[in-house]
Amino acid sequence: MKRSLVGLALAAGTMGAYAQQTVNMPIVIELSGAGAVSGTNFRDGAVLAIEEINAKGGILGRKINAPQSDTQSNPGTSRAQVQKAIDSDPYVILGPVFSGSVKVNMILCQQAEVPQITGAEAADITQTGNPYIFRTSFGQQMSMPKIANYIRDGLKAKTVAVLWVNNDFGKGGRDTFMKEMAARNIKVVSDISTESGQVDFAADVVKLKGANADAIFVYTNEEESARFLREARKQGIAKPLIGETTLLGQKVIDMAGSSANGAKGHVGLSADAPVPAVQAWKEKFVKRFGYVPDHNGIKGYTGVYAVKYATQKIGKFDRKALAKALHGMTITPQEEPGILMETTWDANGDIDRISFLAEVVDGKQKIVQTLPKLGNK
Amino acid sequence: MLLWQTSQTINFAQGEFVMVPAFFVLAAMKFGGLSFPLAMALALVISLVVLGVLFKRLVVDPILPHGMLPLVISTIALAILMKESVKEFYAADAQPFPAAWATTNLEVAGAVVSVQNLVIIGVAVVAVVLLQWFLGGTKTGRQMQATAQNPTLARVLGIPVGRMVLYTFLINAALVALASFLVSPIYLAKFTNGETLGLVAFVAAIVGGFNQVRGAIAGGLLLGIVDNFVAAYWSAQYRAAIPLFLLIAVILWRPQGLFGRAEERTV
Amino acid sequence: MKKRGLSLILVALLVAAPFGLKPYGIYLLSLWAVMTIAAIGLNLTLGYAGQISLAQASFVGIGAYTAALLTTHGWPLAVAFGLAALLSFAVGWALGYPALRVAHHYLAFVTLSFGTLVFLILRNEEWLTKGVYGISGIPRPVILGWSTKAPLDFYFFCLGVLLVVSIGAWWLIHSPWGRAFTALRENPVRANSLGIDVRRYTLMAFALGSAVGGIAGVLYAPLVQFIEPTAFALGLSFNLLLMVIVGGSGRFYGPFLGAAVSVLLPEWLRFSEGLYLMVYAIFVMALLAFFPSGLLGLAERLWLRSSKSKA
Repeated sequence: MKRSLVGLALAAGTMGAYAQQTVNMPIVIELSGAGAVSGTNFRDGAVLAIEEINAKGGILGRKINAPQSDTQSNPGTSRAQVQKAIDSDPYVILGPVFSGSVKVNMILCQQAEVPQITGAEAADITQTGNPYIFRTSFGQQMSMPKIANYIRDGLKAKTVAVLWVNNDFGKGGRDTFMKEMAARNIKVVSDISTESGQVDFAADVVKLKGANADAIFVYTNEEESARFLREARKQGIAKPLIGETTLLGQKVIDMAGSSANGAKGHVGLSADAPVPAVQAWKEKFVKRFGYVPDHNGIKGYTGVYAVKYATQKIGKFDRKALAKALHGMTITPQEEPGILMETTWDANGDIDRISFLAEVVDGKQKIVQTLPKLGNK
Repeated sequence: MLLWQTSQTINFAQGEFVMVPAFFVLAAMKFGGLSFPLAMALALVISLVVLGVLFKRLVVDPILPHGMLPLVISTIALAILMKESVKEFYAADAQPFPAAWATTNLEVAGAVVSVQNLVIIGVAVVAVVLLQWFLGGTKTGRQMQATAQNPTLARVLGIPVGRMVLYTFLINAALVALASFLVSPIYLAKFTNGETLGLVAFVAAIVGGFNQVRGAIAGGLLLGIVDNFVAAYWSAQYRAAIPLFLLIAVILWRPQGLFGRAEERTV
Repeated sequence: MKKRGLSLILVALLVAAPFGLKPYGIYLLSLWAVMTIAAIGLNLTLGYAGQISLAQASFVGIGAYTAALLTTHGWPLAVAFGLAALLSFAVGWALGYPALRVAHHYLAFVTLSFGTLVFLILRNEEWLTKGVYGISGIPRPVILGWSTKAPLDFYFFCLGVLLVVSIGAWWLIHSPWGRAFTALRENPVRANSLGIDVRRYTLMAFALGSAVGGIAGVLYAPLVQFIEPTAFALGLSFNLLLMVIVGGSGRFYGPFLGAAVSVLLPEWLRFSEGLYLMVYAIFVMALLAFFPSGLLGLAERLWLRSSKSKA
């Protein structure tokens, strides 16, 4: 035990010295467990941005040092790993993606006054008044109204069935969605909770068929979405299946095969966005890592560039000043190409940018409409 | 459909056993460049060797003399090992798995029936009939049953107990491979699938009766029906609890299983 | 005598351990202390009374939720300790009463089912537990004016509780009760003929083990300062079980060592990445095949051999 303690102390010591020439941006992310796909995408997106920035001389002359640690998709482990990252005197912390994990460790970042760039989407994260938490994609309170509008205006649906995964992500989305439905006088005729990691959706699909709603809103994680789509097609559900990125993502389409065709909905962020900068980014990503990224790759990539841009704006490495500067900041691709799309952070750390309505056609996500930034309306 | 043939071993890794053969197929196709049927055949052979022979030789045989409890715990460790290996050496995310048959739907008397389901039911029935015939109708099969029920007596009667136990493991391996090929096209192949599947297989076996093939099938069927009914008409949130309640009830009131013969057990 | 000396050295080491460590290291040590307590509880059930339980995480969960709900509503942690221990004891008793009619692997299934049920209740009964959203902002206790908010202080608090629990367990094991437990494990039939009420003692061991698990949970909540149901699902139960086995079930220091292997070792083996769990699993299987008495049993045997060869 003693030797290891010395080892730990030594490791901590060298890290401190190292931080002098570089800027420390630990990535604490889901590299294994249920969140591995999202986490790996986020990590690789961030790594791509960091490599580019370092190749051009870093931020304010300092290269970025980004040690990675794995939360195992486990909130308890993520807390330990974020504590470890904070011990190494970081400038910002990147990650994690899982909302449950973020909720555990965002308190730590707040106490240590370290800005945290997260990929999480649960609604309540930015509503606790924590000035150090920043999103890289829409929170559920931003995306659900857009879906609700689509169901009302695009589909003209009067009744809807909801199928959601019973974890903090699914529950948060479902609760927000319910509120939006009530506000639009659309009746929720069936409310089905499913398990995380569930493999058999036969009973749920039977129930959905029985509910006979005008539209079915599916809010589960990627793999469950794929299994559900297969089962739904098997049983021949003909009603429109509506979802978010977790239903329409390329990964889901790959897993569900032809069963995914016809699924529609709103995607806050998409690697298939008809934006030239995003397409060019996707090519770069595929060339570097050898696989097609999902929206989590964009989160990691743009998150790093946002930090770079804001740091250059304030002209120094100051965590508090960075957090302050990011609130209310708008970054355009003209000023910082790495942001890919014009993005605004509000006072809570929520973001605003364009988003898309999409549909799965012939095994590809097709963007049918681009929705403007909320602030531009 | 998920069977558990007793050989006086409790295997907490049974679910992982169902998960792994699908990955043997995928790996054979990806790295060996084999066609799907060839890969399935190869995976079946690998399953027999790894999940049958090696499992018995390397895991069960050395530990069994120490008692039941260490073995139970060892299979928990084995489950972790199998999950992590698949994750590390193949992939962490779910993989689409090719179906060996058409995925189209048939319209039968107004009801939509998928070919997939028909095939699954068909294969399961054939497998069960074969197994029943083997266990009840052949000499080897009857010897195996005798071994399972009372190894000491079986030995006295001159049955090669060691070989019989090995057969049991081989049959188990073949069945899990079969189950794996059947469910993976729907469930997708993922390293965590074993957790869910293993529990279902177990509950089915216990509810139906540990020492009865028929019991396990009936148990599986009953479980499937109850599970679907609960999800459809009662609370989906507590759905996962129902099979477990069933399990507890059966263990407490009828430990030999609903369809099992009463059998002396050391309590 | 020798054992007492060893214990004193161990305590001294544990007190000295956190100095020079960063908060992360101290956090790990605190986590180790909490897990050790939970494993001590399981060791009572498994190691001394010979009953396999896959529900220990549920009792940790019951304790943690009790602590979280009480302290976030302004109650002191001391109340939580009392209530959690009592609640876990009662639930353990209620579960054990029917469950202990069956033995071995059947008990494993009953407890496993119970574990799943507790998880579902924690998740679904949102009015009480806040469901999947979890409970955050759990305060760390102030004891007689001593605030344990800082990591180092909280570690000493955990260590103190661990010490109390250890002494309690030590006393229990060496009391007539403890000897009755061991007699049960070794030979229930003989124990019965000696006039030991098998059923009652097994039940007692089970309930006591559960209560200790609840105490560990009461510490877990303010340590992590955020709890949600998945932390207390089956994974933790399996983990605790492996801790007891690896350390050496039925040995007093087994849980200490087992928890150290499970909590601290991954940290030192981080370079091996995903391989770590595989190595751990193989290690456990090999241990069970060749040294079913765990690491301590192995150490004992080596020590005996070396002392024999010296003599």
